[in-house]
Amino acid sequence: MKLAALVRRDLLLAYRRRGDVATPVIFFVMVTALFPLALSPEPALLRTLAPGVIWVAALLAGLIGQGSLFKSDYEDGTLEQLLLSPVSLELVALLRVLTHWLVTGLPLVILSPLMAMLLFYPASAMGMLIASLLLGTPVLSLLGAVGAALTVGLRRSGLLLPILILPLTVPVLIFGARATALASQGEPVAAPLYLLAAMLVLALTLAPFAIAAGLRVSLES
Amino acid sequence: MFTWFHKLASPPYFYLLAERLVPWFAWASLLIILAGLYGGLWLAPPDYQQGDGFRIIYIHVPSAWMSMFAYAVMAVAAAIGLIWRMKLAHAVSAAAAPLGASFAFLALVTGSLWGKPMWGTYWVWDARLTSELILLFLYVGYIALNQAFEDQRTGDRASAILTLVGSVNLPIIHYSVQWWNTLHQGPTVFVGTGSDIAPGMLVPLLVMIAGFMLYFAAFVMKRIQVEVLRRERNTNWVQELIDKP
Repeated sequence: MKLAALVRRDLLLAYRRRGDVATPVIFFVMVTALFPLALSPEPALLRTLAPGVIWVAALLAGLIGQGSLFKSDYEDGTLEQLLLSPVSLELVALLRVLTHWLVTGLPLVILSPLMAMLLFYPASAMGMLIASLLLGTPVLSLLGAVGAALTVGLRRSGLLLPILILPLTVPVLIFGARATALASQGEPVAAPLYLLAAMLVLALTLAPFAIAAGLRVSLES
Repeated sequence: MFTWFHKLASPPYFYLLAERLVPWFAWASLLIILAGLYGGLWLAPPDYQQGDGFRIIYIHVPSAWMSMFAYAVMAVAAAIGLIWRMKLAHAVSAAAAPLGASFAFLALVTGSLWGKPMWGTYWVWDARLTSELILLFLYVGYIALNQAFEDQRTGDRASAILTLVGSVNLPIIHYSVQWWNTLHQGPTVFVGTGSDIAPGMLVPLLVMIAGFMLYFAAFVMKRIQVEVLRRERNTNWVQELIDKP
C-alpha cells in the first residue's frame, strides 16, 4: 500500500513536470535527426547506420534523463524520510527507477519506430527494434540510476554521470544494436535478445542494492 | 589472524611497515625487470613469423595483466572497505587506480605499436583492445568520482561502490566485446594443459610479469603511504612523524 502511494506520487510529480520529463525524448528525436544532416541523406547508408544511431541516441537520452532522478528528493529531504521509513530502500529505489522508465523510457521506445522510419529502417523489422529497446532501455535506466545515486550529493554532477556509467553500458549497446541490425537483414535475432533479457534480469536483481548503497553514502555526508 | 588483520589496518602501523618494505620490493623489481629484459631482448630467439617485432610482448603482456590485476586489487579493497569500514582499504584503492590506469594506457600504446607492423594499422576495433580501452575508461571514472567529493570518506565509499559495480560488469563487457569482434591472437600463455609459447620465449615473459608485480607492489605501497599521510594529516602520529628528526 505504501509502495503504491510512492508510485502514485512519482507519477503525479512526473505529470506536473511534463516539460522535464519530455526533455530526454526530445533529445532522442533531435540527435537522431542530426545524423542524416552530418552524414548524408542517402537511404542505403542511413539504413545500415540506423541501428547504431538509434541505440546511441537512446543511450545518451537515457543518461541525460537519469541525472535528476534523485535530485529534488535529495534537496528537499524526502530521500532522508524514505531512508527512515520501514520500507526497504532497495525496493523504493527499484520502484523509482521503473516509474521513471515508464515516463521517460517508454515514450522513447514508442517513438523509436518513427525515427527508424526516417532513417529508412525496414518496416518488417520494427517489431524486433521495439523488443530490443524494451529489453535494453530498462537496463540503461538501472545503470544510470546507480550513477545518479552516487553523484546526487554533488553540485556539479552533470558531466560526471556519463563518464561513470557509459563504460558500463557497452554490453547493452553491443547486443541491442546487434539485434536491431540482424533484424533489418532478416536474420534470426534470438541470441542477442536472450542476452539482453539476461542482462535485464541481472540488472533488476543487483542494481537496486548498488543504488540503495549509493543513496546511503550520499545521505551520510 | 584477525589481530594481525586489524593491526595492518592501522594507518601508523602500515606506514612504518611500508617504509621498511618498499626498498626491498623496488630493488627486487628493478633487478628482475632488467633480467627479464635481457632474457627477452637478447636471449630469446626471434619469432619465425614476426621476427624481432614480437619482443614488445615483454612490455605489452605484463602491462595488460597488471591493468587487470590492479582492478582486482581495487575490487577486493573496495569490498573490504565497505564491509569492515576499513579506512586503509580505501587508501589502497585510491593508490592502485592511477597505477592501473597507467598500465592500461601502456598496454594500449604498446599494443598499437605492435599492431602497426603485424596487422598493418595502429588501431583496430578488436575485442581485447576494446575491452582494455573500456577498462581504462573505468579507471578514469573511478578517479573522477573519487576526487569529486569534498569529504574524502564519502568519495571513498561512493567510488568503492562504483568499483564493485564495475567488477560485476567487467566479465560481461569482456565477453560481449569478444563476441562482437575478434582479430587479436587467442590466449597463448596459459591454454588449459600447457602453453603455446616456446619455453625460450615464455621464461623471460614470466620473469617480466614477476618484475611488474613487484614494481606494482612497491609503488602501490609508496602511494598508500602518501594517501595515508594526506588523509591523516591532522592526527597526532603524523605530527610526531614530522617532528621526529
